[in-house]
Amino acid sequence: MIAALELGLIYAVMALGVYLTFRILNFPDLTVDGSFTTGAAVAAMLITNGVPPLLATGAGFVGGMLAGLVTGLLHTKGKINGLLAGILTMIALYSINLKIMGGTANLALTMQGTLFTPLADAGILDTGLSLVILFVGAFLIKLVIDWFLHTDVGLAAQATGDNEQMVRSFGVSTDTSKILLLMLSNGLVALCGALIAQYQGAADISMGVGLILVGLASVIIGNALVGTGRGIFITSLSVIVGAVLYRLIIFLALDLNFDPNDMKLISAVIVVIALLLPRLIRRRTPRALPAEPTRSAVIAGGTQ
Amino acid sequence: MLTITDARKTFFPGTVNEKPALRDITLHLAPGDFATIIGSNGAGKSTLLNAISGTLPLDAGSIQIDGIVVNRMNDHRRARFIGRVFQDPSAGTAPSLTIQENMAIALRRGQRRGLGWGVTSARKARFRDELATLELGLENRLTAKVGLLSGGQRQALSLLMATFTQPNILLLDEHTAALDPQRAELVTRLTQSVVHQHGLTTLMVTHNMEQALRVGNRLIMMHDGQVILELDADQKKTTTVPDLLREFEKIKGATLDDRTLLS
Ligand SMILES: Nc1ncnc2c1ncn2[C@@H]1O[C@H](COP(=O)(O)OP(=O)(O)OP(=O)(O)O)[C@@H](O)[C@H]1O
Ligand SMILES: [Mg+2]
Repeated sequence: MIAALELGLIYAVMALGVYLTFRILNFPDLTVDGSFTTGAAVAAMLITNGVPPLLATGAGFVGGMLAGLVTGLLHTKGKINGLLAGILTMIALYSINLKIMGGTANLALTMQGTLFTPLADAGILDTGLSLVILFVGAFLIKLVIDWFLHTDVGLAAQATGDNEQMVRSFGVSTDTSKILLLMLSNGLVALCGALIAQYQGAADISMGVGLILVGLASVIIGNALVGTGRGIFITSLSVIVGAVLYRLIIFLALDLNFDPNDMKLISAVIVVIALLLPRLIRRRTPRALPAEPTRSAVIAGGTQ
Repeated sequence: MLTITDARKTFFPGTVNEKPALRDITLHLAPGDFATIIGSNGAGKSTLLNAISGTLPLDAGSIQIDGIVVNRMNDHRRARFIGRVFQDPSAGTAPSLTIQENMAIALRRGQRRGLGWGVTSARKARFRDELATLELGLENRLTAKVGLLSGGQRQALSLLMATFTQPNILLLDEHTAALDPQRAELVTRLTQSVVHQHGLTTLMVTHNMEQALRVGNRLIMMHDGQVILELDADQKKTTTVPDLLREFEKIKGATLDDRTLLS
């Protein structure tokens, strides 16, 4: 149970990344499946070669940012459809990740110290205290995201997902905004990959498969809890909660003796339910929408 | 302030759908000029404004703003010189951001954006003062989401956001057309006062001929991608809507005849 919560809090970092693209930018970014593994592979490889874990984790973050940069360039400068751009990068990353891992599909970290070794040594892992530490970590990252979104650059990036025509008319390069958010998002996803590899003691070439669903599920579940239209602070906090809830649901499903091979199916079903449920509830309690004024009859005469 | 020379734009060139939207338009606005543009549907008014703002590249010709040739700049670079209000009230603002966040984005028009806090208390005070000039009470709703505002409120806010940083050129494309008559009148009044206050060089497209005559110091009539009539301030004062209509019929007939003769 505590392990599930721990996992949830680590995966929250990835969910925050997905939140940036999916909610802020309105861009379902499939790069995630690849960049998660990139972060894990980079960190695992470096740690195996004696690089300090903290540095290796940072390098994982940078690896993810580069993946986001590629997707961003393909989409903006290459004018490739966003979904396709993400898929292209994700698939290319499979080969690249294998190369990073030295051609093996699995890289164990059992011999080396990781970021979690001090916690394990102190006997903190799997206790309430580890949950507090992990929550503080996720919360700090959330605060950095909140701060970023409120800067001049961040506001322009938010508006890019909202109304491109408007931000461009105020001198914002929407291409730059998109690339920036994609880099930040995939950096966080890769950071999460690096952490998971260290937590589980191995990087695996397929550890990112279907991960976008986990991210979407976390964001959608979290947002559904607080409702839309909340401020950034609450919304991004809800993403952390969503990530933990998702892990709990999976934990309970396993506990109920579901086949672990069915987990991807269960993930997909959770996303579908989380997407449909708020809409179904809303349909039963219709809200009056303010009427938009129609094109009026002022147009006197005209020359047509 | 704005010089357009032989601007040409043809949509779908070389196909059966070929549509010349701008036929060698030449136009000059002096600093502080407020020109209204009228013309039939499809005359090329929006195309002209889009060409100036850079959202539509020209086929030929050149555009100068304040002595700088902007032909090769894309729209977000030209935004440094240009404020725009669109016909659709939801086009000029970001609905899921608050009023103060929208204004913070507008405040940095044409400047570098950094990692400084977007809505500082100093900026808030400024936003409040600016919003108060609209007399819509929006200065007390700084943290309201813009998506919750009515069309008229949004259009007034768009106008403020486009102008309070004093652009070299203000482009208005039927920005009152989607509002009810009362709101349209309000936004028109706000437009006049803000243009007057900052002495903005302005191009305003409208379908309301009476308004086109009443507002601004110049009038431009377009038809079929050409400027077919220009009135200066004095001529505007003595011209009536029936005059304009008569003039339009006369010139339209003539230009059409010319073209049939030439082709
Ligand atoms: N993006 C486009 N692609 C193809 N044709 C276009 C495009 N924009 C405008 N046109 C065509 O160019 C011509 C001029 O259009 P424009 O929108 O400039 O007219 P307008 O004077 O603004 O008319 P209205 O009063 O209806 O707004 C029209 O025939 C229109 O169909
Ligand atoms: Mg038009």
